[in-house]
Amino acid sequence: MVNLHRFANPNRFMRLSGLILPWASVVAVLTFPVGLYLALINSPPDYEQRETVRIMYIHVPAAWMALFSYTCMAAASAVALIWRHPLADLAAKSIAPVGACFTLICLVTGSLWGQPTWGTWWVWDARLTSVLILFFLFVGYMVLFDAFDDPTKGARAAGILVIVGFVFVPIIKFSVDILELRTLHQGASVSKLSAPSVHESMLWPLLVMALAYAAYFISLLLVRMRSAILAARVRSLRMMQAQRASRAAIVPERP
Amino acid sequence: MTRKKRRLYTLIGAMVLLSAATALVIGAFRDNLVFFFSPTEVAEKGIEVGQRIRMGGLVEEDSVIRDADGLTVHFRLTDLSHTIMVTYRGILPSLFREGQGVIVQGQLDAPTHFIADEIMAKHDENYMPPEVAEALKKSGQWKGGNE
Repeated sequence: MVNLHRFANPNRFMRLSGLILPWASVVAVLTFPVGLYLALINSPPDYEQRETVRIMYIHVPAAWMALFSYTCMAAASAVALIWRHPLADLAAKSIAPVGACFTLICLVTGSLWGQPTWGTWWVWDARLTSVLILFFLFVGYMVLFDAFDDPTKGARAAGILVIVGFVFVPIIKFSVDILELRTLHQGASVSKLSAPSVHESMLWPLLVMALAYAAYFISLLLVRMRSAILAARVRSLRMMQAQRASRAAIVPERP
Repeated sequence: MTRKKRRLYTLIGAMVLLSAATALVIGAFRDNLVFFFSPTEVAEKGIEVGQRIRMGGLVEEDSVIRDADGLTVHFRLTDLSHTIMVTYRGILPSLFREGQGVIVQGQLDAPTHFIADEIMAKHDENYMPPEVAEALKKSGQWKGGNE
């Protein structure tokens, strides 16, 4: 666990993230247009769903990133609770709105996709319901984090909420594959033990889009964390300046 | 034992208990978490006439009959061991066809006749271009239920 402490140093984090950020943002900026072109224009329609299948390229990576960002947030909260690293709390706090957006994109595109294919905007099956709960967990985290006067208390309460809510991650992942929990949502197509049941010509655009989402997530996370650290530094510099100024203002009045 | 170690073990212990509790809850409520019954379950569980349920299965081949009004459709829903006749009036989802998995929502009006007020088509996890589907069908490697 010694290695972990090296990353807890804000200066080291600023240096490291400053190196990663340009690369991550370049990858995001390049892969998004390429992925969208491949997905929306240059990929074949599905044999059954025809053009509607293109929603998959937006929906599926958003769902993956929603689960991934929640897992990262839970891991960061656990590190914060156990080793009391302020940077881990900052990471979890920075992930929350991004993850909530991914979940919302997943829910909205899923609904738009469900109407033409399944014939319904929304059903309360195990998959859809558990993803909705994931969205509430993200929002609940953000609300709870700011609900206390003492920020460390807020971080701790919100961290516990996220870790408890982590039970939903495996539920979401496996809800469609546990045969007893029959769902309207179909089973996994890509992340399963056998070969993916998405044809090559559609799998590649999907994976490029997934890379774009991931690079975008990393860039946004680093920007949010870096700006929060810089804002804290500016605040403490201003405080020091103000203290110095007030001391200077008092001194001349002394006899 | 340092405080950090103690917090680590507490958290791990809490997560283990929580996962066990979740697994038990899901196991206990499985019947309520199930989104639909199969025709066999409808026959065996003694679902009463008039009770609102969802039932899922395959639309039997050559069983779809459309009425002259163009809206009402009759078909047999099967899980290959039991079959229930379904009547539905309304717009069908575009994936609805013979051999397709569907979920019907409504009620029984006789032990083997179901009146649906909503039909949802289930989609499988296979995605491929039409040409590939065509080629698979031609070479006899088609695994889907259609055609």
